Amino acid sequence: MEENKTANDTMQTERTVNPYSAKAVRRALGRKRTGELLILFVFMLFFYGPLIHAFMLAFANVYQAGDIIPSEWGFHWWSYILKQQNIPRSILNSFLFAFCSTGLSMLICIPAAYVLARFKFKGRKLIMFSFLIGNAFPKIGMYTAIGIIYYKIGLMGTFFGVLLIHMLGTTMEMIWLPAGSFRSVPKHQEEAARDAGAGPVRTFFSVTLPIAWPGIVVAAMHAFIGSLGESVGTLLVGLPQWRTMMTEMYGVILDFPATAGAVFAIIIVVPNMLLLWIMRKYVSADTMAKGFKMG
Amino acid sequence: MDDTIKLSVINMTKLYSNGDGVKNVDLDVHTGELVTLLGPSGCGKTTILRTIGGFIDLTDGDITIDGKSIITLPPEKRPTSMVFQSYNLWPHMTVHDNLEFGLKLRKIPKDIREQKIAEGLSLVKMNGFEKKYPGQMSGGQQQRIAIARSLILEPEVLLLDEPFSALDAKIRMEMREELRKIQTDLNITVIFVTHDQEEAMMLSDRIVVMSKGHIEQQGTPRQIYDNPVSRFVAGFIGEMNFLDDGTGKQIAVRPEHISVTKGEGGILSGTVRTVMMLGHYLEMTLDTDKGLVKVYINSDQADEFEKGDKVALNFDHTYSYNKE
Ligand SMILES: Nc1ncnc2c1ncn2[C@@H]1O[C@H](COP(=O)(O)OP(=O)(O)O)[C@@H](O)[C@H]1O
Ligand SMILES: [Mg+2]
Repeated sequence: MEENKTANDTMQTERTVNPYSAKAVRRALGRKRTGELLILFVFMLFFYGPLIHAFMLAFANVYQAGDIIPSEWGFHWWSYILKQQNIPRSILNSFLFAFCSTGLSMLICIPAAYVLARFKFKGRKLIMFSFLIGNAFPKIGMYTAIGIIYYKIGLMGTFFGVLLIHMLGTTMEMIWLPAGSFRSVPKHQEEAARDAGAGPVRTFFSVTLPIAWPGIVVAAMHAFIGSLGESVGTLLVGLPQWRTMMTEMYGVILDFPATAGAVFAIIIVVPNMLLLWIMRKYVSADTMAKGFKMG
Repeated sequence: MDDTIKLSVINMTKLYSNGDGVKNVDLDVHTGELVTLLGPSGCGKTTILRTIGGFIDLTDGDITIDGKSIITLPPEKRPTSMVFQSYNLWPHMTVHDNLEFGLKLRKIPKDIREQKIAEGLSLVKMNGFEKKYPGQMSGGQQQRIAIARSLILEPEVLLLDEPFSALDAKIRMEMREELRKIQTDLNITVIFVTHDQEEAMMLSDRIVVMSKGHIEQQGTPRQIYDNPVSRFVAGFIGEMNFLDDGTGKQIAVRPEHISVTKGEGGILSGTVRTVMMLGHYLEMTLDTDKGLVKVYINSDQADEFEKGDKVALNFDHTYSYNKE
């Protein structure tokens, strides 16, 4: 009896003093939460601030640099931008290049990605790595070198010349992620198809490709958006014959107030947003992670 | 089961580039027979199965089905069908489409296809699952579908590579019983791979015990249990006590072949260490001067023995092996 009482007492005291008691933990967590929220807020401001600012500017008729809110709202610069002669044509061109470069690089890269994923051969990792190196080069240096070659073989200012520049970016996008997706298709599922009577080609189209498809779609979306955003290369080898939204943007920024640039930025962002929205079911941390394994 | 030979593996050798593999495998499987390849992990069971299925080339030897060599045929041309341990089903297809895939490739008309799919599903008790995707089913259900998918293609030989080893004990038991029933009902020829000796004993017409890339012994479960030809087989199949006899040989004796009486004497004397009740029989562990010995006794003798009792052991049947 006596012993029991002491045990009970100890428990009682612990409940009030114990730093790990529920109350203390909750209090501590509360303080931590506040800190986390603050960090999140600063991050959001950093991330979305410029976007919101651009959005606001796009609907400003008059804006003085330094002001927080425009002194006059309206659609003045929208009508101005849309009346520019070159602009509808440049939008069309942007999509033309994006479609062609993404489509062509899919045709080339999907088989290549499959080979890189499934067959072990000497230099496989080196090849995979070299696709990253391509991104490490300063683009402008590469384009200058390409420009010299283009002059020699007469590709300067041609559709095909610009397309090649765009494909430089899209092919890189279309190798890594799809190779990762192919690698994550269990071999047994391909073997089961062979076993059921399908030849290698049918197995690829009926089993391997559909299972790897989400990763390929995400890669294609990246490639497409990348091509829409390509500017420097197009500027160097395309002008004046081939203008895209991005190259026109340079002109707009140089020649007109920031408000015009903001309108244009939104025009460019809209298709990207739409694409991301349509493809959202394919974009998951999982598909992305699969793509970035060396394997 | 009848006497005609369905499948022959003739002096087959498969060596991987690192030197691992299987050597000089000879195996005949009769029509309607269920043969189990049994052995510890890494002994080459999967290698044999995959050479039969056509997924790996052999280094030497031949494989015939109905007397005709199949080793030059790709997997899609072989009259075999394989079920793997997992990841069998195509995740982007419904159960129905999984089953239909092979039938379509065989250019079977739509109405017969549907009929066969329905038959296949009822064989494995999975009616009503047509519209489900593999991801919506349990592991056991997926394996049933995988087996149905193979069965409806009516292969000459069905190859099963540890198909139940990823499943829970209870489901594994059910699946074994069902497989055995389907196999005898339809009289299909099956090669079943497992590392689980109990599973092999339950299922098989014949067991092929393998060790380190070669066949140790072939025979019915009874033959192998009663007459293990080597120390390895004796240790792998069933319970066995091994006792050094001091001349470099080992005496082997099964727990049920040891009779125990209280007191002194016998071939060997010992002390009771543990007594465990296992339903209709008891398992006792005895300390002897040759090491620990396991014995089974009837449960009506349960009250006779207690921990610490001195006991005398006599052997009804023993084996003798060279020490490994
Ligand atoms: N593709 C391979 N390359 C090299 N060695 C392999 C390969 N597949 C299996 N092995 C080796 O061959 C032996 C037999 O393997 P396996 O047939 O898978 O055994 P089991 O199915 O009995 O576990 C093992 O030693 C294994 O490591
Ligand atoms: Mg295996």
